[in-house]
Amino acid sequence: MSQTRAVDGTPLLEVKGLTKVFGQLKACDSIDLTIGKGEIHALLGENGAGKSTLVKMLFGSLEPASGEIFWNGQGVTISNPGQARKLGIGMVFQHFSLFEALTAAENIMLSLDDDTSILAIAEKAHGLSKAYGLPLDPFALVGDLSVGERQRIEIIRCLLQEPELIILDEPTSVLTPQEADKLFETLERLRSEGKSILYISHRLEEVKRLCDRATVLRHGKVVGHCDPRQETAASLARMMVGSEVITATRPPAAIADATELLSICGLSRKPAGPFSVALKNIWLTMKAGEVLGIAGVAGNGQGEFFEAISGEVTQESPDVIRIRGNPVGKLGISERRLMGAAFVPEERLGHGAAPRMKLSENLLLSRFKTDTKAFLGKFGMVRTSAIAEASKRIVSEMDVRKSAEDPEAASLSGGNLQKFIIGRELDRQPSVIIVNQPTWGVDAGAAARIRQALIDLARGGSAVLVISQDLDELFEVSDRIAVMHDGQLSSPLPAAEMTLERIGLLMGGSQTATESKGDAA
Amino acid sequence: MFEAIVITIATAATPLLIAAMGELVVERSGVLNLGVEGMMIMGAVTGFSVAYMTGSPWLGVLAAIVVGALFSLLFGFLTLTLVTNQVATGLALTLLGLGLSGMIGESFVGLPGVKMGTVNVPYLSELPYVGRLLFGQDPIFYISIALTIGVSWFLFYTKAGLTLRSVGDNHASAHALGIRVIAIRYMAIMFGGACAGLAGGYLALVYVPQWVEGMSAGRGWIALALVVFASWRPGRVLAGAYLFGAVSIGQLHAQALGWPIPSQLLSALPYLATIIVLVLISRNKRLTMVNTPASLGQPFVPDR
Repeated sequence: MSQTRAVDGTPLLEVKGLTKVFGQLKACDSIDLTIGKGEIHALLGENGAGKSTLVKMLFGSLEPASGEIFWNGQGVTISNPGQARKLGIGMVFQHFSLFEALTAAENIMLSLDDDTSILAIAEKAHGLSKAYGLPLDPFALVGDLSVGERQRIEIIRCLLQEPELIILDEPTSVLTPQEADKLFETLERLRSEGKSILYISHRLEEVKRLCDRATVLRHGKVVGHCDPRQETAASLARMMVGSEVITATRPPAAIADATELLSICGLSRKPAGPFSVALKNIWLTMKAGEVLGIAGVAGNGQGEFFEAISGEVTQESPDVIRIRGNPVGKLGISERRLMGAAFVPEERLGHGAAPRMKLSENLLLSRFKTDTKAFLGKFGMVRTSAIAEASKRIVSEMDVRKSAEDPEAASLSGGNLQKFIIGRELDRQPSVIIVNQPTWGVDAGAAARIRQALIDLARGGSAVLVISQDLDELFEVSDRIAVMHDGQLSSPLPAAEMTLERIGLLMGGSQTATESKGDAA
Repeated sequence: MFEAIVITIATAATPLLIAAMGELVVERSGVLNLGVEGMMIMGAVTGFSVAYMTGSPWLGVLAAIVVGALFSLLFGFLTLTLVTNQVATGLALTLLGLGLSGMIGESFVGLPGVKMGTVNVPYLSELPYVGRLLFGQDPIFYISIALTIGVSWFLFYTKAGLTLRSVGDNHASAHALGIRVIAIRYMAIMFGGACAGLAGGYLALVYVPQWVEGMSAGRGWIALALVVFASWRPGRVLAGAYLFGAVSIGQLHAQALGWPIPSQLLSALPYLATIIVLVLISRNKRLTMVNTPASLGQPFVPDR
C-alpha cells in the first residue's frame, strides 16, 4: 500500500467530505477516500452502507450535497457520466446498465461519446476481448446472454474508453468461482498496466486476495482504512458490521429413519424456449431434517428445475413430484404450498416480490391461499391488522431494516428484501422449502442470518433444498450436495465427502459449451 | 379502374401511415401517447382553417404540423415533467383535442376547403397503370413514404436512433450511462405530435377538403393499434396501413356491388383483417421481444 503512494505523490482520485442526503437519510456522510495510481482499492460495507451512493457520485449519476473531488490533484465537479468518462472514470454496474433488446456492440456504442461505426466498435471489442481473455460475440443479443457474459460486455465497454480508474460494483456477486477467477486475472492485468480499480464487494476473501487497500463504510460513514492482506476475514467483517459476525452453525442431522418429504422421480422437461435448458431424468429424495445443496454453473437448468418443483410449470404425470407423499406433478403453485411446501425464487424483485407493492401486500399475495383463515375475513375482505402483525413478526424475526413502517418492496436493499422474502416463507413453518440463490448479492450479516434460519428450519424437521452458485455457502449449509449440469443432476453426496475439486469436475463438461460460444465471437 | 382503386387505397392509408409512424417513434422511446386522435383532429382543424384563410394548402399543412407538435408538448410536460399517468393523460389529450377542435372549427363547418393539388411529373405520370400511382399523387403521399424510410433508417442505422431505442428499452440503464432520457422523450413526443398533426392536415386538405367535426373518425386509434400489431417496426406499419386502406376501400366497393353480407360486418372487415394479419406475422416471439420497448408507459423519475 505504501509503495503505490510513494511512487507517485499525487493520488489519482481524492475525495474529501463527500456527503449525500436522501430525505432524512444521510446515505453518505462526509466520506474521505484516496486512490493511488495502479492500485486496487476495496470499498467494503454492508448493504445500505452507502457504497453504491458513493460511486454513483464519483461517476456523475448522483449529485453530492457537499464535498470535494480531486482528480490528479485538480478539483473537479462531475455532473454527468459523460464527464466522468471524459476524465477517465469507467464503471461496471452491479445490476448492469445493459439493454436487453440490443446487441453487445450496440450496448457498447451507447456509452461511447464519439461517433464510431458499429463495425469498428465490434472489431475493437473483439480485439480487447481477445487481449484480456474475455470471450464475447459483439452481435449477440444481450437478452440471450448469461450474467457472466453480460458482465464481460460491461467490462469491455468500460475498457474501450481507456479509463484510468475503473469502478466495479459487486462484480462477483453474479459469477461462479471459475468466472470470478477469470475476472481477477483481468483485474490484476489492468493493475499491472497502471490502471486503478475501485472494487466494491462484501466478499472478504476475494478482497483479501485482490486488493491493495480497503476503505470500510458503515451507515454512510468511513469507519476505517486498512490493508486487507494484513487482516483476517473475520476482522474485516467486524469492521463492516460493527460487531462480531457469526457464521452459521450446523448441528449434525439425524435423518436415517426420517420420513421422506420430497421425492422427484424421473423429472424431465423439454426446453421452454430457444435459450433454455432441457431437464433430463432427475431423481432426488429428501428426508425430514436435512439441507440438500445443488451446485452448478449458472444456466445449467437450475431455473427450469426450480420452476418445475414450485409448480410454475406443471408436469404431465402427477407422480413425478411428491411432497409429503402427495403426488403434486399436475398441481399449481398454491396447491403445492397447501401441501406444506414453500418456494423462494432467484429473482427478488418481480418474481419473489412485487416491487411497487408494500411488504404487507407482498405477504398477503404469497400467502392468502395458505393462510386464508388468518388473513382474509368474510367475503374475502382483507384483515389488515392480522397482516400487519404477521409482517411485523417477520421483520423482527429476520431483522429486516427498512426506512418506513410498511415500505414498498423495491425501496428495500437487496439483502433486507431477501431476508423478508425468506422470512415470509419460514414464518409458515413449511415442511419442504426450495430456495434458489438464497444470498445472491446479500451482505455477510444478512447472509449468515438467512443460512442459519434455513439450517434451523431443517433441524426442526423440514426438508430444505438450496440451489446456489456460491460453493462456500453450500458447504456451510448443506448435509448433502448434488451438482446440476446441462439439465442433469448428479447423485447427491454427503457434504463431508465432497471437495471443491470434485464439485468442479462435476460442473465440468460445460467447458466445451462456453468455449464454442467464445469461438463464435 | 384498377389504378383509381389503388390510388384511393393510398389516400386512405396515408394518414394512418403518417400518424402511426410518429407514434412508433414515441413508443420506441418508451412513451405511450394515447392522444393521437386528439392531436390528429387538432391538425385537421388547423390545417383547414389556415389554408382557408390564406388560400395556401402548404401553409395549412405547416400549421397542422406545428399545432400537432405543440399540442403533444402539453402531453410531454404533463407526463415527463409532472410525471402524470401516461394512459390517462393521453386519453385526456384526445378528449381535449376533439372538444377544442369542434369549438375552433365551428365557423368553418360547411365552407369549401382548399384542396392540395397532385404532383404530376410530366410524361411519367401518363404511363399506363402505374403512372398516376407513382408519379401523380399528392405531395404528402410522397412525404409519407419518405417518412417511413427515414424513420426506419434513423432508428436502425444512426446513433441517435440507437439512443432513442435504448431509452425505450431501459430508461434506468440509459440514465446511468448519462443519456438524457427526458430530453430524448420530449423530442420523440413532439415528433409524434408533428406527424399526427400532418396526418390530420392530410385529412382536411387532401382526403376530404372540408371541415367536419370529429372528422378524424377514429383514425388515431387505428394508428395506435397499427403500431402495436406491427410490433414497432416501420415496414410492418406501412404494410398494415395499406392493408387497412385496401380492405376499407374493398369493402366499400363490395357494399356498392350489393353483396349479401351485412354492411356492418363489411365495415368491421378492415379492423379484423388488419389485426389478424399483423398478429400472424408477429408470431415470432423472439422478434417481438426484441422490438417491444420494454419500458413503454412506465414513468421515469431520475435520481440526482
